[in-house]
Amino acid sequence: MSGTLISALMKRIVIVVPYIWLTIFFLIPFLIVLKISFSAPETAIPPYIPAFSWSDGLAGWIEKAKDFSFENYLWIAEDPLYRNAYFQSVWISFTATCMTLLVGYPLAYGMARAPQTLRPILLMLVILPFWTSFLIRVYAWIGILKPEGLLNQFLLALGVIDQPLIIIGTNTAIYIGIVYSYLPFMVLPIYATLEKMDGSLIEAAQDLGCTAIGAFWKITLPLSIPGIIAGFMLVFIPAVGEFVIPDLLGGSKTLMIGKTLWNEFFANRDWPVSSAVAVVLLLILVVPIAWFQNYQAKATEAGR
Amino acid sequence: MLKWTRFNIVSVVLGFSFLYLPILLLVIYSFNEGKLVTVWAGFSTKWYVQLFQNQALMDAAWVTLRVGLLSATIATVLGTLAALALNRYTSFRGRVLFSGMVYAPLVMPEVITGLSLLLLFVAIGFDRGFWTVTFAHITLTMCFVAVVVQSRLVTFDRSLEEAAMDLGATPAKAFFAVTLPIIAPAVVAGWMLAFTLSIDDLVLASFASGPGATTLPMKIYSQVRLGVTPEINAACTILIAIVAVGVIIAAIATKKQEAQRVKDEQMALRN
Repeated sequence: MSGTLISALMKRIVIVVPYIWLTIFFLIPFLIVLKISFSAPETAIPPYIPAFSWSDGLAGWIEKAKDFSFENYLWIAEDPLYRNAYFQSVWISFTATCMTLLVGYPLAYGMARAPQTLRPILLMLVILPFWTSFLIRVYAWIGILKPEGLLNQFLLALGVIDQPLIIIGTNTAIYIGIVYSYLPFMVLPIYATLEKMDGSLIEAAQDLGCTAIGAFWKITLPLSIPGIIAGFMLVFIPAVGEFVIPDLLGGSKTLMIGKTLWNEFFANRDWPVSSAVAVVLLLILVVPIAWFQNYQAKATEAGR
Repeated sequence: MLKWTRFNIVSVVLGFSFLYLPILLLVIYSFNEGKLVTVWAGFSTKWYVQLFQNQALMDAAWVTLRVGLLSATIATVLGTLAALALNRYTSFRGRVLFSGMVYAPLVMPEVITGLSLLLLFVAIGFDRGFWTVTFAHITLTMCFVAVVVQSRLVTFDRSLEEAAMDLGATPAKAFFAVTLPIIAPAVVAGWMLAFTLSIDDLVLASFASGPGATTLPMKIYSQVRLGVTPEINAACTILIAIVAVGVIIAAIATKKQEAQRVKDEQMALRN
């Protein structure tokens, strides 16, 4: 009898402990953001007037719900700065993700075709940069891309250009930063699908007269689509909210939403507006995030 | 067996050059004598000496290390529990919400997680500093641990645990004596991932931190904004070296363990 009791107790502990932690430190904070985004800005500390207080009870909430303020959202909707920042974030991330795919696919493909003994080493080499600091990897590019940086020195020495290229502070630098930082996220899922692929399919196609390139388009590429989609999402979603890359590599003209939120919060100290910015950002990302979660859950179920 | 074509080899070589050249250049220029980061003026280790005399940087490194060790350890416990919950119990109230909360932080923009945590700490009047950064890191990294451990649990044969219980082990004993040793590599990998994410994090730490708890990435970030310096190159090189050594040791250890396991299995079959 004690066995079933203990396992019931274990079940309770196993579920409840992480559940409570995530509720306190993930769910509730998010509800607070939601709440503050509907509050009016104020210069006091904390710099906002609560739209409603937790202690009012249900009746109080309904009462207060009437002076719910959409002011912050209207502000965001009307100010072209924010609209621009959202649009640029999505556009820059989309472009950069496509570039990451173009760089990552041949790499993943080459890795999947490598001799069996070499593959674990190649795999580790792709994962290794992921373990080194993100900040350091972005920082490394500053020294390379600066006007007097290594890339310009190299190109000038070769005689390819006679004036230093201005890369840092432009969108090109942001693209390079995103492709570089997120490349492992693109390569790994694509590699995983390509590696599982049955090589005899290609051989069969070629025996039947298909060219190598034709076999790639007709067989390899369609079979690797799940990997491409996963990689695309893994790069695109975090890139939209990226802060470090646009801040260090991009110029003052490039406004990505992560940077805008940061400035709104730390420089302007406008908490309600930055909360509203965060909520809208999440609304933009909710479709890809939900889709990705579903995908992730299905992949785990399939592996079971 | 498909051929490894010249095109494949070229794309692998180019891909890896792209991944490693910037890091390599950073390491090389940390040994530069001159103050300019991009002009080579001879070999020197003076920036490393200077680095260790920079008290503010050393303090930040100490804070980062403490936060990393503590948060990774707690996150590993919580993340492993979460993985077990998701893997073992397919139906309990609020499971959808639970799995949502486990996966969402993985893809949630860090600025949002950071902002929401800061607003929580302000709302409950918790003084920001060492502990708030630690809590923030636990919350993010436990989700990574959960994913890593869960992927191992999927391939775990539960009949082993049932066999142990049939032989009289209590559920707890069966877990600690059978399940845990088998999933241990994933748990260790999860810990290492949590630790690296923690010592690397800038955004969450910047939001959650208060006076007196400046982490190394925060310090590096504030100096990088002022310009590239050889001293920062030296600090980065040390961090890279630590991580590289750690990863290589882990890889060798896993390989040895794997070889041992294969040997054990063969022994078991022979008997």
